[in-house]
Amino acid sequence: MNGFWSRLISLTRKEFRQLLRDRSNLAIGILLPMVLILIFGYGMSLDVKNAPVAVVMEDASPTAHEAVAGLELSPTIAPVLLGSMHDAEELMRERKVDGIVRVPSDFSRSLAAGNARVQLIVHGSDAGRASIIQAYVTGALMQSSVRRLDRGGNSTGADAPPTGGVTVEQRMWFNAANTSTWYLVPGLIVLIMTLVGAFLTALVMAREWERGTLEALFVTPVRPVEILLAKIIPYFAVGMLGLALCLLSARYLFAVPMYGSLVVVVFASMLYLIVAVSLGLVISSVTRNQFLASQVALIATFMPSMMLSGFLFDLRNVPTAVWVIGHLLPATYFMDLIKTLFLAGDVWPLVWRNCAILLAYAVGLLLVARAVTRKSLD
Amino acid sequence: MNALIDFFLRVANLCRKELLTILKDPATRAILVAPAIMQSLVFGYGATYDLINVPYALLDQSRNGASTELIAHLDSTGVFHRVATLRSQADIREVIDTEKALLVIQIPSNFEQQLSAGQTAAIQLILDARNSNTAGSAAGYVSAVVERYNAELRTRAGAPPPSLTVESRAWFNPNLETRWNLLPGMIAALSMLQTLLLTALSVAREREQGTFDQLLVTPMSPLEIMIGKALPPVLVGLVQSSLILLVALFWFGIPMAGSLATLYTGLLFFTVASVGIGLSISAVSANMQQAMLYAFVLLMPLMLLSGLTTPVRNMPHALQVATLANPLRFAIDLVQRVYLEGVGLATVWHNLIPLAVIAAITLPLAAWLFRNRLV
Repeated sequence: MNGFWSRLISLTRKEFRQLLRDRSNLAIGILLPMVLILIFGYGMSLDVKNAPVAVVMEDASPTAHEAVAGLELSPTIAPVLLGSMHDAEELMRERKVDGIVRVPSDFSRSLAAGNARVQLIVHGSDAGRASIIQAYVTGALMQSSVRRLDRGGNSTGADAPPTGGVTVEQRMWFNAANTSTWYLVPGLIVLIMTLVGAFLTALVMAREWERGTLEALFVTPVRPVEILLAKIIPYFAVGMLGLALCLLSARYLFAVPMYGSLVVVVFASMLYLIVAVSLGLVISSVTRNQFLASQVALIATFMPSMMLSGFLFDLRNVPTAVWVIGHLLPATYFMDLIKTLFLAGDVWPLVWRNCAILLAYAVGLLLVARAVTRKSLD
Repeated sequence: MNALIDFFLRVANLCRKELLTILKDPATRAILVAPAIMQSLVFGYGATYDLINVPYALLDQSRNGASTELIAHLDSTGVFHRVATLRSQADIREVIDTEKALLVIQIPSNFEQQLSAGQTAAIQLILDARNSNTAGSAAGYVSAVVERYNAELRTRAGAPPPSLTVESRAWFNPNLETRWNLLPGMIAALSMLQTLLLTALSVAREREQGTFDQLLVTPMSPLEIMIGKALPPVLVGLVQSSLILLVALFWFGIPMAGSLATLYTGLLFFTVASVGIGLSISAVSANMQQAMLYAFVLLMPLMLLSGLTTPVRNMPHALQVATLANPLRFAIDLVQRVYLEGVGLATVWHNLIPLAVIAAITLPLAAWLFRNRLV
């Protein structure tokens, strides 16, 4: 037992030295998290605010102006008044506006007759943004027409009895500010843990395989478990450094609330970091080649944890096959967990379930890593 | 004349050797082809902001004809699925917290009285906004259903139908599918991801194995080495882009409005620019590990600030300026516009300038760094 500890300690010390000697390691350990924090916090936003929309008033009457007045007040869109459809289409082609609202020249006449039409064209180059603008503009125009009706402003329906309607009072739980920053920043923790854990570890270990230095280690008295542990500890430390940077910036830079307890957040992150590091070990042991390891690590970690973990696209809405792939990724469970911990609080059933799944992944991947590492000794 | 022939021969030989290095290993061949196809398939299906399944819980304190009718409207959309019927407000927390339901609809007990009295009756909509995007869309869907219900109420009460209709359509993407935007973007993005790493390794591998010094003492000039090193990855990048293009065209059936010639002109400029960046990284690095880490640290911001996942226009001004050095930003703009909008070079030529500038800086820099490495 004594031998185990002394071997582990000297190996770990060696790994730490190796890690600190190369500046590029520190680049990924410290510089990358900082750059990503700034990009995610300031650069990425899915919110639609002040989207320019051309409003073509072919009818200059007060009635027509009143109909589009509702568009002025919104934080979502910024109307740009234009005289001709030609100009508007030009701006649209240049992507200077996201949409066109066209009020035809017979608008006030047909409104009085009860069959007015307004044309709305949105630019489909960003479907998500276009849908939001479409829904918003339609809503604002319809509301103003209903208000008109209620005032009895319609010549044909002035004598109709007042009808009530249903209104929706909506409350956004967990994201009162309704800003994407609140879930992008917790999601960043997942991304950084995955990158630092899996990518960095895969590279370093693959290098040892490729250069044969690992085999040199095998002939010493150290056991595969000790080699693996000594590899895990330094990269685990680098990952924790990234986590600390994320937590500090989430709190002090972006004021993202954390309703769950810090202890649970840190515990869950440590668990996931073990999963990520083990994944990196498995990738490197299987490929044993720096180029392949880097490609596999990149393909298995970065894009999937962005696209398939529920970070950008909600997994409830994807086809079953993609849902299954998404739920095979440990990142999905950590994403779910960290978002809940930040924005909703310690929801224990969810915390236990996801932590158990992550633990299972950690144990499973470590066993696999041990198995592939030992094999080569034979 | 002879000198020129020699030049081409030397470059061609180096290209052949580089292509062999890349393609001789079956695992490497596989990793350059399979992921591009798989990722475009999976992300193509996975990238959707449309809601197809919204689990909701109902807290109906009114329980009468009107509320049942409203809920029937909701259920008939096929999007909303009731997963729980709640008895009291205290139950809301649990279904939302555990993510059983994305939203809770609460109908107050005086709902029908208010409606029949011709007043406005409010229902409460509580949304799980851990993903504010999904929550926002779901709220929009509910409002649309409620609007339809209101219109029905009006007609029943004998009120005139709304005198205004909004005729809506979308240019370039008629059904507003996110996939239509994402896949053309990925033609550039996915190939850059792998090409840059591939290039970053090319010189670094030779440096690590000591063969680069041998290359330097051959009659080849740095310019020839640079071209010989740059061409093969450019080829690989274009092949990868073509694979994704094929998936977009034939698997997802996204119609291409522009011309292939324009698209490939743009992709060529873009791939040369990214290979230039990769080669510069490679020439700076002492070994493969450094090269990959530098490439990786650079790839993240390039991908995230490209407009692929979040629009460039939403970025603060300083970051928008920073994206001017990002080849992917221009490539995505160009590919999306050529593919979906069918514009020609006359409209998108301005995207080629930054790409050419990036290539004109990075490629000579790499060639210079071959002999004058800083460290």
